Amino acid sequence: MATLKLTDVGKTYGGTVEVLKHINLDIKEGELIVFVGPSGCGKSTLLRMIAGLEKISAGTLEIDGDVVNDVPPAQRGIAMVFQSYALYPHMTVRENMSFALKIAKQSKDEIDAAVDRAAKMLQLEDYLDRLPKALSGGQRQRVAIGRSIVRDPKVYLFDEPLSNLDAALRVATRIEIAQLKEKMPERTMIYVTHDQVEAMTLATRIVVLANKGVAQVGTPLELYERPNSEFVAQFIGSPSMNLLKGEVVSTGAQTRVHLGNDGVAFSDYPTTEADQGLQVKVGVRPEDCRIAKDGDFYFYEGKVDITEALGEVTLLYFEAEMGQDPVIAKLPGVHSNMRGQTVRLTTESDKVHLFADGVSLHYREGTPEPENA
Amino acid sequence: MSPIIQGILTIIIGVGGCITYFYASNWVLDHLIFPARTDDRGRNINRATMVRPWLFLFPAIFALGLYLVYPVVGSFYRSLFNRSGEEFIGLGNYYYLFAEDGFRVAVFNNFLWILFVPAAATFFGLIIAELTDKLSWGNLAKSLIFMPMAISFVGASLIWKFVYANDPDIGIINAVRDSMGLSPIDVLQIPFWNNFFIMFIMVWMQTGFAMVILSAALRGIPEETVEASILDGANPFQIFFRIKVPQIRSTIIVVWTTITFLTLKIFDIVYTMTGGNFDTEILPSYMMDYMFRDDGRATAVAFVIMLIVLPVMIWNIRQAQREA
Repeated sequence: MATLKLTDVGKTYGGTVEVLKHINLDIKEGELIVFVGPSGCGKSTLLRMIAGLEKISAGTLEIDGDVVNDVPPAQRGIAMVFQSYALYPHMTVRENMSFALKIAKQSKDEIDAAVDRAAKMLQLEDYLDRLPKALSGGQRQRVAIGRSIVRDPKVYLFDEPLSNLDAALRVATRIEIAQLKEKMPERTMIYVTHDQVEAMTLATRIVVLANKGVAQVGTPLELYERPNSEFVAQFIGSPSMNLLKGEVVSTGAQTRVHLGNDGVAFSDYPTTEADQGLQVKVGVRPEDCRIAKDGDFYFYEGKVDITEALGEVTLLYFEAEMGQDPVIAKLPGVHSNMRGQTVRLTTESDKVHLFADGVSLHYREGTPEPENA
Repeated sequence: MSPIIQGILTIIIGVGGCITYFYASNWVLDHLIFPARTDDRGRNINRATMVRPWLFLFPAIFALGLYLVYPVVGSFYRSLFNRSGEEFIGLGNYYYLFAEDGFRVAVFNNFLWILFVPAAATFFGLIIAELTDKLSWGNLAKSLIFMPMAISFVGASLIWKFVYANDPDIGIINAVRDSMGLSPIDVLQIPFWNNFFIMFIMVWMQTGFAMVILSAALRGIPEETVEASILDGANPFQIFFRIKVPQIRSTIIVVWTTITFLTLKIFDIVYTMTGGNFDTEILPSYMMDYMFRDDGRATAVAFVIMLIVLPVMIWNIRQAQREA
């Protein structure tokens, strides 16, 4: 029902402190876009700019083709769910949910119908006459969502809606939000989180924000399988992707890279002859690591420092030099007896990522742009 | 003996006396009254534990009783006697008061004060707190508005005597009237409305108090609730009256009631402005008329004032406790 277009959007405070710059985004109708990024990257600020709670310092924001930079928040057709729920403490659940419609001077019948519909959708019917303080955290968040639904906005904004909930509730509410989205497939939603699982499971596309700008936009699997930079590679996925120094020794459709300690890696990232001798970073996700058999090629050899048995998988942390991130391998099953052993790691060539100067070789100029960007 | 040594000695005797009392009374309880070494030592220990809090509370209860409860009871008792205090006349003083015109005027005016002053001071305080919140010079404005709080009631009355002065060269009201070609009037002599001119002095003084407390309360409102209401389409008036004010309701009540019993105790303003003439008497100043001349009637008035304050006080304490 609504498309959003951000063109060269920027935010500066007091004319000098730049928080965001050159943000370009095209959001299609019915998408669920997730903004992720490290703390302080401006993801909440960007959301608040879309909401109209923060002024847009540069660029334009269009909703359905109309520039809304100077349109008051209430007339943008958006609703926002806050991290702290932001329920009106002196109003009952029903009053909270009907406030916007009362302000809009809708008739009592219309208001009651809208509230009852939303309450039914969120199973809040039994709580309509309670005050927010008599509700649990999960119920409060449902009321906050209900308050948005009642207004029937074109765009829903969620600002870290689950971060105040405990782990079990967070999973349950996450699934509820996913179901809500399915019930309203034509509604556009923008969701800010720092939780990767939320981002990966909810998003149709993820926007990774870093360094005041957009680092990469793509579907969750695109970001996971083909990150465009070291930053995105390490930000998406947990534990983070291992990055090791290496040198390109043979080029072509498959690239061969030599690492220290006789390590060798083959990557499906194509290279040209000009890349011969290029210093690169080799990226392998912990979950893609396997233990190399004798005689196999291996890209890393190290002594296991710590093991963490999580049941279905075991994390191996290898000894690292001071100040360096240890290489981590995530192996299926239980391997608690591997501590102190020297192990060689290998992987498949389609799981080896190559970065030069922080940028993925896959997205270099001359290589085709990924779709949907 | 030099005053310093005297002071030090007093402190030593006072503190030493307290320690001695607590230690000695505790010792007596444990060793002489309920010793823990006879056959029923378990029972004795339990009994001593039950008595001990009262033992330790006794000095405080005694002091409070002496200085707070006794005066109330004593005043009531005194109000049952005639002016010399020799003849018991029952409720005679009260009968006299309720039959007297001056008393009825004072009660009526007092209710005007209770209704108008707290309402006006709280209202102005609230509006100013909200308006100054976002201003760059808001803190300066707040300090100026708060300043009258620091002036004594008599001092404030003097200032307003100038404002209300009959002479157009002094009083601003008459200066304005004069510039419009009207003859000067003494606002303190206009029947009924003169009360409001006097009450306004109290409002002027208490607005600062209300403003400071309410300003702090307004800042305590979660910003998200305000933002949510902006997104819900509320205009600034709706945000203020439907989102902000209801959230600080309990603070407003505490401020309101606090000003209410400040108002019930006021006598200086009326005393200095009109001396209770021109039908501006309120109960405390009415009481002053009898004080030292007829203590029986004066204490009867004091008792009536206390009865009026009491419900407001109870409400105030309840609200303050709920707040905490």
